[in-house]
Amino acid sequence: MWDGAIGGCNSSFRMTRNTQGSPYAPHTDAETAAMLAAVGADSEAALFDIPEGVAFDDTFDIPARSEQAVRRTVQRTLDRNDDLTEFLGRGHYAHYVPSLVDDIARRQEFLTSYTQYQPEVAQGFLQALFEYQSILVELTGLDVANCSMYDAASALGEAVTLSQRVRSVSGDRVLVPETLREGKRATLEQYARGPSLTVDTYPTEGGVADVEGLRERLDGDVAMVYAETPTVCGAIEEHLSAIGEAAADHDALFVLGSDPVALALLERPADVGADVVVGEADVLGVGTTYGMGLGLFVTREEYLRQVPGRLVGAAEDATDRRTYTLTLQTREQHIRKERATSNICTNQAWLALRAAVHAALLGPDGLVDLAEECVRLPRDLAARLTEISGIKAPVHDRHHFREFQARTDQPAAAVAADLEAEGYAVHVVGEHRLQMCVTDANAHAVDGFVAAIREVA
Amino acid sequence: MSDGPADTDDALSDADERGDVADPRREYSTYDQARWSQDGVYEPLLSEKDSTTVEIDASADGSDGGGEGEEGGGPLPDELTRDALTLPGLAEPTVARHYVRLSEMNYGVESGPFPLGSCTMKYNPKFTEDLARRPAAAVHPDRSDRSIQGVLGVMHGLQDYLARIGGMDAVTLQPPAGAAGEFTGIQIARAYHEANGEERTEVVVPESAHGTNFATAAMVGFDVVELPSDEDGRVDLSALREAVGEDTAALMLTNPNTLGLFERDIEEIAEIVHDAGGLLYYDGANLNALLGRARPGDMGFDVMHYNVHKTFATPHGGGGPGAGPVGVTGELAPYLPTPHVRKAPEEEGGDYERYEPERSIGKVHGFEGNWLVCLKAYAYIARLGDAGLADASAKAVLNANYLASQIDYEIPYGPFHHEFVASAGDADAADVAKRMLDYGVHPPTTKWPETVPEALMTEPTEVESMDSLDDLAAAFSAVASEDEATVAAAPERTAARRIDQVAAARSPRLSWQALDTQN
Repeated sequence: MWDGAIGGCNSSFRMTRNTQGSPYAPHTDAETAAMLAAVGADSEAALFDIPEGVAFDDTFDIPARSEQAVRRTVQRTLDRNDDLTEFLGRGHYAHYVPSLVDDIARRQEFLTSYTQYQPEVAQGFLQALFEYQSILVELTGLDVANCSMYDAASALGEAVTLSQRVRSVSGDRVLVPETLREGKRATLEQYARGPSLTVDTYPTEGGVADVEGLRERLDGDVAMVYAETPTVCGAIEEHLSAIGEAAADHDALFVLGSDPVALALLERPADVGADVVVGEADVLGVGTTYGMGLGLFVTREEYLRQVPGRLVGAAEDATDRRTYTLTLQTREQHIRKERATSNICTNQAWLALRAAVHAALLGPDGLVDLAEECVRLPRDLAARLTEISGIKAPVHDRHHFREFQARTDQPAAAVAADLEAEGYAVHVVGEHRLQMCVTDANAHAVDGFVAAIREVA
Repeated sequence: MSDGPADTDDALSDADERGDVADPRREYSTYDQARWSQDGVYEPLLSEKDSTTVEIDASADGSDGGGEGEEGGGPLPDELTRDALTLPGLAEPTVARHYVRLSEMNYGVESGPFPLGSCTMKYNPKFTEDLARRPAAAVHPDRSDRSIQGVLGVMHGLQDYLARIGGMDAVTLQPPAGAAGEFTGIQIARAYHEANGEERTEVVVPESAHGTNFATAAMVGFDVVELPSDEDGRVDLSALREAVGEDTAALMLTNPNTLGLFERDIEEIAEIVHDAGGLLYYDGANLNALLGRARPGDMGFDVMHYNVHKTFATPHGGGGPGAGPVGVTGELAPYLPTPHVRKAPEEEGGDYERYEPERSIGKVHGFEGNWLVCLKAYAYIARLGDAGLADASAKAVLNANYLASQIDYEIPYGPFHHEFVASAGDADAADVAKRMLDYGVHPPTTKWPETVPEALMTEPTEVESMDSLDDLAAAFSAVASEDEATVAAAPERTAARRIDQVAAARSPRLSWQALDTQN
């Protein structure tokens, strides 16, 4: 009951509860006493069946704080981050996220709900995930998308374990581009360790796959070939069909890494022979998050029973109307245990919702426009940079998407450090090589960035 | 599909009964979930609201767009692009209404009690969301350490908090979920044994363990040895002695276990496993029972994961993202994933820095995990402190015990802590759960663990008041007293009526492209 005392000096103290316990446990002392009486216990401590030998009677030495104090402390800590304008990519990208995405995603019905084990009371989230799956089906041309993996790297890891469950595939070697980002490579190796697979590389040429080199590495022992478009240096891969054919010639799975913005414009994975598409769907609806990720996983119908993670399917309810439910759960750990297709349980569902809302807001026109901007922006930036003495850009004579590499006459690390002092962050990828990424998120800062490079290069 | 006006009327008639005196739920909280429908179909799909095809234009000169000769053309040559893209193209107000309606057909923690056993569905404090949306938190992981002292400072702070709470010496925040934490921990166990020149091939898992434990052990390449429990519902020590040996890499254990029981013999269990040369792995799913009362490190566990989306109140988000940090003893610290965060000595500036642990297992995530989730967990722990954390566990355990005392179903195992497993007896637990939905509460986890027939695994958490627990108990009791036909026909107050999941799995339709347009 509201006592009407709000507004007075004293009441504001009362409102900021100076808690002796959890501020989120609503019990009054009287209720606690009544509940203890109901269960026949003298104290809360009496409810714990913990042997003395392992009981903890010390403290963590963590003081309780008011909400306001925590906000102030954490904000102060976060403000120790330098305020840099990032021209960074290499697997983690920023696009502008419209306000509606945040607004929808923050609704408690979405944010605080659980995995949809009771579909009748979770139709909203299930439909949103079904729509997310459908958007990925359109973008890839493949039949089956799951509701998310953790990130692109773990999705790639799951693809390699899938290759071991597909009957038409044999072999214990996996081929990835020699330039594959270290984080992806290391994560892939972690997943490859269980089934005792070897991760090998194939050469690249000028920022894209060297198909001849790939063919030389291919034999009947190869279970999976992985390629990316755009590649790690931002080049649009020109040889996807040839890579797909080479993999197919050796009965290897062709796994293609990409993202939903790039796929709005670039060749459809189904048209180049991809068996599985993995990648980072957090380019939509999520923004810069220190690389959290939203792993996409899309594959052919024939591998349906081997798919890792959650799948939402259409169903009918008792009134014969169309509804949605988690389906084919016999693939999953809570049913199949050690024979499950993966151990994944908690995934990135809420980020999938955000990506779907963003895609719905953009529509096909907006998505294609955004993707075309991702080709034009780096092209224009490279053209401006290469006019600066001491810089050659792009290093690779390719079409680029979002990012490209640039050669510096000065040591790249020194140039990057000077740029950081000027307020800009770029990647150092070689002794005399930088990589920079430009999208709608930082396009407004390009003039200043070019001026800063002119200053320090 | 016989979906006509008649069916619609029938379904709508439920809603018309809202004020009916005959409503059997009158003495309880009642609930009618929003149920949007149009022409006898629930809220249409985005694709049914619009479908627009955009043709992709190739660059005019066929190769390098370059900037000239681009009028009306796209920036790429034809051979690098797709032909067209077909997706819904809707205006913002239409999109907003679509998702708001969907949200109204979804039940969250703030809608009502959500006592899913093993899931720890707590209230998610709002201020942690505000912190996660700070622009200063949105940085790229490839920034220099020097320029992201704020992020690294929070990560270091959380590593430290978690180590203290779990009684561990070092913590990594990289695993993005509980199962990923298990994967990390068991990879560490594998690497540790390998480094000692030992080839151990088995991981022992109690039969009542979470499915992820079995799946994780198999993914890392181990054979799974399933351990039966004793008649009291705990680890059977003689079975454990038989199960472990020179092949044992680790025992994975949840404590309290999935029946809510504390493994009283934990010290002896640790001794048996350690004597055999194995490691003890702690599944942190049930840590909310023990905050400030017992620590896995003190019980002899060598490696553990924390489910921050359970114990530390970060939102479940309809399935994720969560985070599954892993804690280890000093002996295992060199094996943690790379990078790990440490603080440089004060005489060297005292900055936070990322480094590769000496014998790192490598990586389990492309970057460094679910940072924003970790940020929320850090803020939650900082808010509660010692007193709040201990009280959270005390109230979680009190709530489970109180709720159990108020319901009619049998609870075969005790004394339980933050959760209990009731048996629906002759009734089908899944049916009971469906009917509970009609009483404005989320039902418990059902039919698991299998040690209890028709299991109703119930974990109210500390956030429910005595009043809402009484409501929850009333819902249990009401369903227990209802006739079989009513229960089997439930739910009737939810957005959708009983869904036929078996038929859905028989003929999977997983996208709007796969739907029969005739429906």
